[in-house]
Amino acid sequence: MEDIKNILSEIESSDFDKASDEEKKSAVRERPSTTFFKDGLRRLSKNPLALISFVLIVLVTLAAVIIPFVWPYSYDAMLGNVPGKSMDMSYNNLAPFEYSRSEQLRMDQGEQVFPHIFGTDASGRDYFIRVIYGTRISLTVGFFASLIVLIIGLIVGSVSGYFGGKVDLFVMRIVDIIYSLPDMLMVILLSAVLKESLGLWIQGTVLESIGSNMISLFLVFGLLYWVSMARLIRGQILALKEQEYVLAARVAGAKGSWIIRKHLIPNCMSVIFISVALQIPSAIFTESYLSFIGLGVNAPMPSLGSLCSDALNGISSYPYRLVIPALVISVIVLSLNLFGDGLRDAFDPKLQK
Amino acid sequence: MDHKTLTYIIRRIILAIVTVWVVITVTFFVMHAVPGGPFLGEKAISPAAMKALEAKYGLDKPLLQQYFTYLTDIVTKFDFGPSLKQRGRSVVEIVFDGMKTSAYIGIIAALIALVSGIFLGTLAALWRNSFWDRLVMVITTAFVSMPSFIIGSIFLIVFVIKLKMFPANGASEGGLILPIITLSLSPMSYITRLMRSSMLDVMGQDFIRTAKAKGVPRLRIIFVHGIKNALLPVITYFGPMLAYIVTGSLVIEQVFAVPGIGRSFITSITGRDYPMIMGTTIILAVLIVIMNLVSDILYKVVDPRITLE
Amino acid sequence: MSLLEVRDLHTSFFTDAGEVMAVNGVSFDLDRGQTLGIVGESGSGKSVTAYSIMGILAANGKVVSGSVKFDGKELIGCGEAAMRKLRGNRISIIFQEAMTSLNPTMTVGAQIMESIGLHTDATGDDIRKRALELLGQVRINEAEKRLKQYPHELSGGMRQRIMIAMALASDPDILIADEPTTALDVTIQAQILELMKTLQKELGMAIIMITHDLGVIAEMCDEVMVMYAGSVCEKGSLRDIFKRPAHEYTKGLLNSMPSLEKVTSLKPIRGTVPDLLALPKGCAFAERCDETMKICLRKKCPLIQLGDDHFSACWLNVKDRGGEVNG
Repeated sequence: MEDIKNILSEIESSDFDKASDEEKKSAVRERPSTTFFKDGLRRLSKNPLALISFVLIVLVTLAAVIIPFVWPYSYDAMLGNVPGKSMDMSYNNLAPFEYSRSEQLRMDQGEQVFPHIFGTDASGRDYFIRVIYGTRISLTVGFFASLIVLIIGLIVGSVSGYFGGKVDLFVMRIVDIIYSLPDMLMVILLSAVLKESLGLWIQGTVLESIGSNMISLFLVFGLLYWVSMARLIRGQILALKEQEYVLAARVAGAKGSWIIRKHLIPNCMSVIFISVALQIPSAIFTESYLSFIGLGVNAPMPSLGSLCSDALNGISSYPYRLVIPALVISVIVLSLNLFGDGLRDAFDPKLQK
Repeated sequence: MDHKTLTYIIRRIILAIVTVWVVITVTFFVMHAVPGGPFLGEKAISPAAMKALEAKYGLDKPLLQQYFTYLTDIVTKFDFGPSLKQRGRSVVEIVFDGMKTSAYIGIIAALIALVSGIFLGTLAALWRNSFWDRLVMVITTAFVSMPSFIIGSIFLIVFVIKLKMFPANGASEGGLILPIITLSLSPMSYITRLMRSSMLDVMGQDFIRTAKAKGVPRLRIIFVHGIKNALLPVITYFGPMLAYIVTGSLVIEQVFAVPGIGRSFITSITGRDYPMIMGTTIILAVLIVIMNLVSDILYKVVDPRITLE
Repeated sequence: MSLLEVRDLHTSFFTDAGEVMAVNGVSFDLDRGQTLGIVGESGSGKSVTAYSIMGILAANGKVVSGSVKFDGKELIGCGEAAMRKLRGNRISIIFQEAMTSLNPTMTVGAQIMESIGLHTDATGDDIRKRALELLGQVRINEAEKRLKQYPHELSGGMRQRIMIAMALASDPDILIADEPTTALDVTIQAQILELMKTLQKELGMAIIMITHDLGVIAEMCDEVMVMYAGSVCEKGSLRDIFKRPAHEYTKGLLNSMPSLEKVTSLKPIRGTVPDLLALPKGCAFAERCDETMKICLRKKCPLIQLGDDHFSACWLNVKDRGGEVNG
């Protein structure tokens, strides 16, 4: 009883009055409510690797887009080969920041000559702009290939998931088979063939300017790589349908639509977005691989993979010509992967507690 | 083995057979999309070889009939026809010749990848969020992301050209060491990551808590209860690992001048040796499909839980 | 001196979102051979209390303050090696999900024998003999065959018996049962509870029964502790709790339990457990309580002694008593 007396001495009798509902509500301490995206962004902002990667991706992309417009040299101009003049061999194989004979001459006369930051290649083309252009090609390939994969996967996956039954069964069998094909071998095979045949088919059309190899690359992606995306989207659609059943069973309709808006759509979107983000580096990876074995973009257009492949010939004399594009591919693919992983960690609901 | 497992295995085998058939069919018809067809398109072919090919494949016959001849020859005689470029040698001969070196490199690379991957992955999981864990994760992400030809080329520059530690020709003494290491890095990194997440998953399981509550010492928990369970998902990577090593060796052999199947494949692509391209694609594809089949079945058989699902 | 004395235990989990205060000042005693029931909703901190005692909290969990004395010896901060000797030896625990709590890739025999081998000097055949004896104790027949089976090959009830056999491997002084019957069918539940009662009689161990099911409590326990949001709201003898509940939350729990004797409608408690990341300043139950007073929102009520060993942390008791004291 001692306890109670002590306690009572601190309390007034009015304290034992009943609390109103408002008072009860105001006493509840709630965590600042966060939305799905805010929550994800908060987690993402705590991941320095992902942030650095994001900045790198933006920088590389900006460089690839802008620099070709302002650079004085073009990716396919053989600088020593000026019409009406004899071939100036001194432009070929310049080391970084080295100048050709005629450029040296002009500089001696006080003229400003833009330096060849990475030197020139065996045909006297400015290597820096070729690397930048190669980056542009690689990024474009990665982006569009992923877009194609997304579109086909979205269509097939949602049709399969929405109709269900026999359609679903049929589509999923095909998906199973394509999934178990050794993709890289099939890619090589298709590219090897398309490279030969496509050239004839697209002659004279707009597509020719893109180049047969690039188109065959997109075709290959469209044919083979959509399956995992289709599976993913089918799964999401099925989950959505399940939710609808639950909703129908429940009379509280308003609350249900809230669930879909608040949880399902963002979850679905984030899952798809993340997998597209991770698809881009894999497409760039594949493109560089194909370019390396000679099945990539058409010459003289450079891609990072074909630059590496070309550099292999002069590797003992000019190792930097391999190192530079190799480094750029690695940075792009690595930062895209790290950023994608970061996104997944931040937004994948399965990983949340 | 119970009924469910058996059904699964049979279904899986059927899928594998269908896949192989699809590979052969696609390869055949895709190759015939080449202008002039895979055999006629080549002008440099000698009249004698041309005759032999015509006799063999009946090039005047309808495409479908040619297809069945090709398919039957593969299934019954494992015959992929002669090479167009290497006179007098059959595709199978050339492929198996190259396979000796390639298989040697591939198997050793796979073993290195497995052992070091499991080791590193376990350590990273146990030291989660430590400096070493993060370091391992960044390095493995790099190796998984970097195309193998880049790793190979950089090794070539550093160890062969600059340091002169290894010969440039893969056929000479010690020339296979770099290709093996290059080839093992990416699968090793993948296994490390796989093992790490698998180990983290297992160490968070209820039965680990039980073991702890029983008073099992930490090391025994890690080895007996942890690693053994965490290893299971690694089995599923056997198939993809082979696929990676096969495609990786295509370029690695190019970079290090290794006389393996990869190099002859690339040579046949640039030289438009179509029977070789078809034959190599199919043989390698069958190999990968079989490995996928084996690892999938092994996983189901080894893991006692699976039958429940 | 009691066998187990827990004093003002505080346990928190440190997460990205902040400190989750799972246990906030729990105290109780447990005597030899006694059965203590800890009852509460999920998230009330009852399991975390048990894990804190055993030192098997998840990596981000930590006993922040308080003391746990077992047989006169302090367990908090006594070191992993000392705890290991205790766990599974003198204090054992069985879990809710026997399926996931058993190693799926190890035969149940190997798992039981592992327990025996850890805490006795027995080797080889002796361990095996002891394992068979334990299986007999938990009433599993065809013991030889069972030893060679994997957890997934057994039924749910059988798996829980295996868990119990494992826990009994070295005759513990305390058996903690963390929702041992929640995942089981009703008939099997009864069998397992019956088995535990029989084993307690045979072996004389104390049991801490953690459950959200007041039926299980009524069946098994001598003493009951009601937990809410990491704190004890009420504790007392089985009779006190069921016949003279003093805390509004206990009353709510009892009202939401179906009964054969009284034909009254069930009254579920409104709302849900408060966020452990941001516990209110006053009584954690105030938001859901029908009798909330101004003081409830302002100040947390300490445990007030109402009877011999009947305690309750509710201001209503003070109000009632207060009238007495002042008048």
